[in-house]
Amino acid sequence: MTIANIDAAWIDAALTAARPQAVAALLRYFRDLDTAEEAFQDACLRALKAWPKNGPPRDPTAWLILVGRNAALDGVRKSSKSAPLPAEELISDLEDAEAALVDRLDGEHYRDDVLRLLFICCHPDLPATQQVAVALRIVSGLSVRQIARAFLVGESAMEQRITRAKARIGAADVPFGAPGLEEREQRLSTVAAMVYLVFNEGYSAGGKELLTRGSLCGEAIRLARLLLRLFPGEPEVMGLTALLLLQHARAPARFDADGAVVLLEEQDRSLWNGRMIAEGLALIDKAVRHRRPGPYLVQAAIAAEHDRAERAEDTNWARIDLLYGDLEQLAPSPVVTLNRAVAVSKVAGPEAALEMIEPLASKLSGYFHFFGLRGGLLFQLGRRDEAKVAFDLAIALANTAAEAAHIRLHLDRLLKESAG
Amino acid sequence: MLYAILCYNSEDVVGDWSPAEDAAVMARLGSVEAGLAAVHRLGAVARLLPTTAAVTLRKARDHLVIDGPFAETKEQLLGFYVVDCGDLDAAIAVAHDLAVANPDRGAYEIRPLAVYRPGGLGEARPRRAVSTRG
Repeated sequence: MTIANIDAAWIDAALTAARPQAVAALLRYFRDLDTAEEAFQDACLRALKAWPKNGPPRDPTAWLILVGRNAALDGVRKSSKSAPLPAEELISDLEDAEAALVDRLDGEHYRDDVLRLLFICCHPDLPATQQVAVALRIVSGLSVRQIARAFLVGESAMEQRITRAKARIGAADVPFGAPGLEEREQRLSTVAAMVYLVFNEGYSAGGKELLTRGSLCGEAIRLARLLLRLFPGEPEVMGLTALLLLQHARAPARFDADGAVVLLEEQDRSLWNGRMIAEGLALIDKAVRHRRPGPYLVQAAIAAEHDRAERAEDTNWARIDLLYGDLEQLAPSPVVTLNRAVAVSKVAGPEAALEMIEPLASKLSGYFHFFGLRGGLLFQLGRRDEAKVAFDLAIALANTAAEAAHIRLHLDRLLKESAG
Repeated sequence: MLYAILCYNSEDVVGDWSPAEDAAVMARLGSVEAGLAAVHRLGAVARLLPTTAAVTLRKARDHLVIDGPFAETKEQLLGFYVVDCGDLDAAIAVAHDLAVANPDRGAYEIRPLAVYRPGGLGEARPRRAVSTRG
């Protein structure tokens, strides 16, 4: 690449891409999140000056780590003139020669560094939404303003939340040693769940929120790909990445021009992103070879069945029913059974599906989708009054405007057919 | 002479392009391709899926298939095939056959394609005049 065409956008993308690895490595050096973040910030500012002049470094991530580390060490030295000498234990790798650094940036280090960085965002004391907010701030590098908009709260409220969450993380005992095999697996599964949460924050957005929240889906896919590159042989990471890609591929068709939900069977499938679908299917193929399917892979396979169907009526519901059966075994939950009932209604009819979900009533009494599906099934059976009651309950339980609008579509249909 | 032009870039950066940016780049490349195609000088064009979609078959180790791209720097890219297969296992079977036919070291990376256009080379390809006088 010549110097002339290193534009600001390229540098921006390179800095964004390098961030998780660089902040993670700096965290290992300084063992303090704020110092690591500031060091990375400093390195980015220097990159913006140096790269257009000298051309981009061969390995931008290694450059940022090295420069960030030196900048932070400089900062520590300067402040030491007016303050007592910094605690030596703050700086864990003073003896590192620069040449050795690049050698040490091999897969193993990156892997555990990034995993650690993601893992500390999943602190069990933090509620799920805060885990997501912290991960977006620290790992993805979104601004507080962007995150606040994504969560539909004020900037100062989000700032406070993130500061408090980071204080909690800082007070916790961050495990800096290399994790053992079992611990690494556990961390990976915790982190995978958090990445899926990030995705769902974006995916559950509707209509007008989509502009601000929809980008979270892209961030989640970026994180999933990062995990996949670090753990190339983990079938569940392949499954997770495939699941996100296969769901996000439908994004261009999920809402109409007014921001209203378009049901899966009514979506214009030509708008689906073919390349994302191809990538998701390729990852499923890879994961299946490991012959130990996990919940993400099975969910990805279900999403793939939808994505493969050229028209809604081509959907292989029998296969989806089987896959939900697998999922019930792997990760039993009333919500999974509820989803299976959709497939059952297509294969065996609404009566069978209704029978399947009745026992879930007590467990899902506060769950929007339960009443949405129940209403739909009752409606198909011609039990309109009961259907209306269920739909009304669903609307009352809707979490987003999009969900409520979705049920209103059903209600409108019900009223129209009653009238007609 | 036929030349292969291999495209290198950071997949993080390219993967980050918005659909509009991606389409704009593809349109600009497309006009270069169109110029070559008009005079039958454009062969196959392919865009690969990300390296995370790849597996690699190592010849030396009993055709062990590992997840991920070919990452060694000691060996060089010497050629490639484009094959049409029902799924990844079928593609791996082809690579296995190739490895049996040419068992001496190296590896085959198997990477799905995102885009493939077969192109068409003309009969009368421009030939280079051989000259030793520069």
